Amino acid sequence: MGAPVNVRGLRIVVDKANGGGEQAIVDNLNFTIAPGEVLALIGESGSGKTTTALALMGYARHGCRIAGGSVTIGDTDVLALTEPQQRALRGRTVAYIAQSAAASFNPSRTIMDQVIEPALIHKLMPREQAEVKAVELFRELALPDPDHIGSRYPHQVSGGQLQRLMAAMALISDPDLVILDEPTTALDVTTQIEVLRAFRRVVRERRATAVYVSHDLAVVAQMADHILVLRDGTMRELGATEQIITAPVNDYTQCLLAAARPREREGGQCSAQAGESQPLLEVKNLSAGYGPVDKQGKPAILILEDINLKLYRGQAIGVIGESGSGKTTLARAIAGLIAPSKGQMLFNGKALPPTLAQRSKDELRKVQIVFQMADTALNPSHSIERILARPLQFYKGLTGAALQKRIAELLDLVKLPASAAQRLPGGLSGGQKQRVNLARALAAEPDLILCDEVTSALDTVVGAAVLDLIAELRRELGLSYLFISHDLHTVRSVCDEIVVMQHGRKLAQVARADYERGPHHPYYELLARSVPELRRGWLDEQVVVAA
Amino acid sequence: MSTLTPTAAEPAPRARRRLPSMSWPGLLGLAVLLAWMLAALVGPSLMGQDGSDMGTGDVFARISAQHWLGTDYLGRDMLARVIEGARYTVGVALIATLAASSTGTVLALLAASSAPWLDGTLSRAIDTLTSIPSKMLALIMVAAFGSSLPMLILTAAIIYVPGAYRIARSLAVNINAMDYVVVARTRGEGRLYIMLQEILPNIINPMLADLGLRFVYVVLLLASLSFLGLGVQPPAADWGSLVRENIGALPTGGAAIIAPALAIASLTIAVNLLIDNLPGRAAREGGVH
Repeated sequence: MGAPVNVRGLRIVVDKANGGGEQAIVDNLNFTIAPGEVLALIGESGSGKTTTALALMGYARHGCRIAGGSVTIGDTDVLALTEPQQRALRGRTVAYIAQSAAASFNPSRTIMDQVIEPALIHKLMPREQAEVKAVELFRELALPDPDHIGSRYPHQVSGGQLQRLMAAMALISDPDLVILDEPTTALDVTTQIEVLRAFRRVVRERRATAVYVSHDLAVVAQMADHILVLRDGTMRELGATEQIITAPVNDYTQCLLAAARPREREGGQCSAQAGESQPLLEVKNLSAGYGPVDKQGKPAILILEDINLKLYRGQAIGVIGESGSGKTTLARAIAGLIAPSKGQMLFNGKALPPTLAQRSKDELRKVQIVFQMADTALNPSHSIERILARPLQFYKGLTGAALQKRIAELLDLVKLPASAAQRLPGGLSGGQKQRVNLARALAAEPDLILCDEVTSALDTVVGAAVLDLIAELRRELGLSYLFISHDLHTVRSVCDEIVVMQHGRKLAQVARADYERGPHHPYYELLARSVPELRRGWLDEQVVVAA
Repeated sequence: MSTLTPTAAEPAPRARRRLPSMSWPGLLGLAVLLAWMLAALVGPSLMGQDGSDMGTGDVFARISAQHWLGTDYLGRDMLARVIEGARYTVGVALIATLAASSTGTVLALLAASSAPWLDGTLSRAIDTLTSIPSKMLALIMVAAFGSSLPMLILTAAIIYVPGAYRIARSLAVNINAMDYVVVARTRGEGRLYIMLQEILPNIINPMLADLGLRFVYVVLLLASLSFLGLGVQPPAADWGSLVRENIGALPTGGAAIIAPALAIASLTIAVNLLIDNLPGRAAREGGVH
């Protein structure tokens, strides 16, 4: 059913603002996809993979321009078409599945209305027929209650279901080419596996030609026949999936593979082993939540229930769970941002006051929090120097040369050039911003750093470098971490122990030595199984296990 | 810990050391604004003619060597009238706008970074102010305290505080939810630091754009107050009242009505050009990506 796709000499440019000519963001790209095959575009953010995918529909984002080359789908030269002809092509010959289905659905219309919209716009079939076809697709995509799910609204289904519904929307017009742009990046691992399975089945059964855009090699290994590695808009390597993941030729591909492989990072001495009995942080029967508090002192919406946790000096504990499991709330409670409704926290054996206002400056200094999104965690109108200077002035009263010296040391510690000090956060890359974010926490010379999903917004390679840095800082400075993540690989690689959370409760605690030795709590096993592995056929094995 | 802990002075940002580089529209705006300010300060003393001298000339006279901008409906020299009017328009309108915008912004910052009860109290108090018709409020204030320049400034400022507050609060509430503000809170920063250092720099640009718009409204408000006889008292006149009192020249297209209208236009455009091209804005936008 799919059509062959042929791309020759594709070049996409950005015109520079002040008449400084143009800059190529995709340059001289050549590839072909045989009918019914899946090609994966892989690379870090800014490598031009989404730009390339959009160009297959003849579309360039605002500010970009397709400057040369040709894109043929079947017999159609997409770039030679006029604007109305391209509009007729999109949604019919080429369909696009975006990263965030939640942002792509209109919240005020029913799902069925939106799923059959492409068929109606292109006048492919009458409404009744389209609805029958949609229900068929829902069934194929393994959606629950396929006959009635269409009458619901987008907010009434889960994120993973919405992503599959979007696939139904794309497939309703039987397109020759389907473009999947990071369709599972925003999902939890356990949801991701279901969505991947559903996607692969429809793609295989319909023999659709597909382009799968992702930064996750392990996911791509399950989906694609061929992989194209992109960097800075140029092709680094193109080959069969098997060859790329087992015998990569290009340096950059090898680098990507190395970053994707789970690897333990040594964290240095932990004082528990050294025989110290008093934990640095002890959380006892902690409960917390939001909303009005009832007579028993229980909030209306309870997020955390009865959490117990001991963290020794120099130790790193990972907290893992799906979204909504309460792991971020735990960090916020320890940081003093949300007052617990029950239980207490001991820091160095002394009770830690529940709210920020009650904590002394020194107590505040000793616990620092590092947020997930470096974009929103750094004030865009403060220079890096000012961001790092503030905790130094605030806690230590440093000024003048001593302050400058310490800022330089901090930048050096997180491996940023000294010249970064004068820049605004907007002038740094995502990984650099996350390093500044860490440096700011380090400036306070804390005992405990709460890391909330610090690598999940970063590319694999950049994320791996940040994890290396975190492990190194722990070795050198004897820091303790509470490391929150939804990614088991990440947590395993830097933590001594893993706490598994679900629905606000602590289910299990697994020590590093026991990671591979079972049996563990079934939910931990499920999480461990759901992390895609970097080899072909992994997804098929999971189907067998699930069956 | 809610009080601001005294700390060492902030180091002067490096960017201040070099001269602010501004694009030419910004410089043009600055030049026009400075020219009108200069005219308001020293203009009247340099003028050969007195704006209140009715002279012997015709009413609505054309542009001539003697009267560069013609004469008004009483035969007074228009150039002298416009320059004397600059004092009221630039002075009263600019000061009132600055007062309204800064008061509104500070209150909004306070509301956004404080406990819900203070936010609620402030917001409802400002809502009450909005619900009073502005002309009625002006009428009452002038009736109670008499018409004077400080009174006019105060009246215009009070009338335009709610609008500035509303906009600033909605911007500040969004910024207040950002992680960097949370980080500052967990560091133990006081409310004043969070208001002025973390939130203010991120809402200042839209607030300045709002200031430009608000300035135009204040000029119009002053003109309408003058028309009601509540504003600047004759024989003195701001530009708005000059347009109003010379409306008779409209059919003939006389300079008497065009001159003050052009003066208002040039001032408002200059203020907006200047605001849109302030240094820092471009740097921040350029810093992204």
